[in-house]
Amino acid sequence: MQLGIFSVGDVTPDPTTGRTPSEHERIKAAVTLAKKAEEIGLDVFATGEHHNPPFHPSSPTTLLGFIAAQTERIILSTATTLITTNDPVKLAEDYSVLQHLADGRVDLMMGRGNTGPVYPWFGKDIREGIGLAIENYALLRRLWREEVVNWEGKFRTPLQGFTLAPRPLDGVPPFVWHGSIRSPEIAEQAAYYGDGFFHNNIFWTMSHTKRMVNLYRRRFEHHGHGPADTAIVGLGGQFFMGRKSQDAVNEFRPYFDVAPVYGYGPSLEEFMAETPLTVGSPQQVLERTLSFTGEVGHYQRQLFLVDHAGLPLKTVLEQLDLLGEILPDLRKGYAEGRPAHVPDAPTHASLVAARDAAAATAEPEVPAGSTSPAPVDDVTGRSPYPEATEVEAAR
Amino acid sequence: MTSIVVVTAGTSIPSSSRMLGEQLGEATVVSLVASGVPAEVTHLELRTLAVDLAQHLATRVPSVRLREAFDAVCAADGVIAVTPVFNGSYSGLFKLFFDALDEDAMAGRPVLLGATGGTARHSLVIDHAMLPLFFYLKAVVAPHPVFAATKDWGASGGKLDHRITRAAEEFAKLVLAAAPHAHGDDFEVTDFTDLLGG
Repeated sequence: MQLGIFSVGDVTPDPTTGRTPSEHERIKAAVTLAKKAEEIGLDVFATGEHHNPPFHPSSPTTLLGFIAAQTERIILSTATTLITTNDPVKLAEDYSVLQHLADGRVDLMMGRGNTGPVYPWFGKDIREGIGLAIENYALLRRLWREEVVNWEGKFRTPLQGFTLAPRPLDGVPPFVWHGSIRSPEIAEQAAYYGDGFFHNNIFWTMSHTKRMVNLYRRRFEHHGHGPADTAIVGLGGQFFMGRKSQDAVNEFRPYFDVAPVYGYGPSLEEFMAETPLTVGSPQQVLERTLSFTGEVGHYQRQLFLVDHAGLPLKTVLEQLDLLGEILPDLRKGYAEGRPAHVPDAPTHASLVAARDAAAATAEPEVPAGSTSPAPVDDVTGRSPYPEATEVEAAR
Repeated sequence: MTSIVVVTAGTSIPSSSRMLGEQLGEATVVSLVASGVPAEVTHLELRTLAVDLAQHLATRVPSVRLREAFDAVCAADGVIAVTPVFNGSYSGLFKLFFDALDEDAMAGRPVLLGATGGTARHSLVIDHAMLPLFFYLKAVVAPHPVFAATKDWGASGGKLDHRITRAAEEFAKLVLAAAPHAHGDDFEVTDFTDLLGG
């Protein structure tokens, strides 16, 4: 089970002081949070991607690359990467470089983005959102897996003889999750490829989340990737903890009441009853979080949104300290009753091992006596680059 | 059992919109039963969901009660929608409900329209405000809507009664002709190979 945090990257005034942090402060705070997440023992830090204020993360790989240099263990991910408005070629390049720099500690979560004007700013049409997500991702997969790509589609200029550089680390592309709140097409896309499916979950009732996850599980099995309960599922969640339950409620309420997205809506109590938001003691957060398994089955990744609604960095760091305290119990709870055949979320190491295991049972890839370096293309088993000796011979 | 849901946006107690909705609902059941089809009526009084609807508008988070109301409409074989006339149109509360519903929830669903107002001079609200809304939602609108002015409730000779009965009979025919709505707990899914090809 992977546990982590995700940040939307909003720059929101602190309603209790009226002070708005600068973009610079929030960007640096994201780095601080990622390092803190690693320090308390979390497995994942994921950043959002936005191209309009009040959000700062318009260049996720720059942020994650900087974090990769200052961390050692934590997996760097996205929540989400806009597969609609980004060029899949540039995505393949950016995340390939990041994957090399981070020694494989990288995966991605694809999302469509729901801010209308962002689409035309990048030359796209929001009404084509699903089509863009499907075509762009199909191309991205090929760029990461095939040495030379000849491609023609609806939304992008054709590619003839294109080879991605750098090739993915060890010839193994980053694992991909697909995030969607209510589009069955995206659950189907994740199921078709055997990729992960992430439901943000935080503004929706658990019954809705459960329906979406069940759809993905059912289709994962349909597409031949294994039994439904071995599909790779991730959930969002949010909490605010205090030593005493009432302290947590009192401290969080002024933030909740005016927060972007859910402020001016249902009361904190109603929101807690109907969505996975938990405001209370560490014990309450522990129990509520572990109850998700009862709804969606044993799953692979739980990400919490902790830096939102204008909460100051100091408060968010305190929240992470409290999360760190319940982390051993969370891990214990998730392990309880978990069947042995339910897999963990794939990591770079597990994907390399799976690839090697598959190769060991297949034809040998490297001819005997070859002195070439390890093959870097996982489809052809060959390097896309000419051997040094061949180049010299050609001269 | 054929299910008829009556959505009324009246705000007073008693409400003439609710009263019209009840009578249309009863008359529809009578027509359906006469055709050998047992039917039941559920009433959704939007006044009781006003706060839930406003909160949903601000946050998109449906309350449990609101979700039950949406589910009832999505499971209905026919919907009777009645609004009071406010400032020359349907009431804001009425629009709020149909805005909050899933975009395609009304598509292909038989709908009987009704409206209430102080005088018969408001009766074109059905044609000029309600019809465009339900055309947009791709509902199947019954050909005889009913407008009830204050005076109609005291009219002699059962004139309103007659209009209600006639409207309900036409509506019942549409309900019987419409294919029963699938209402499973699973999302419909298009196979990915079709999505890729499209």
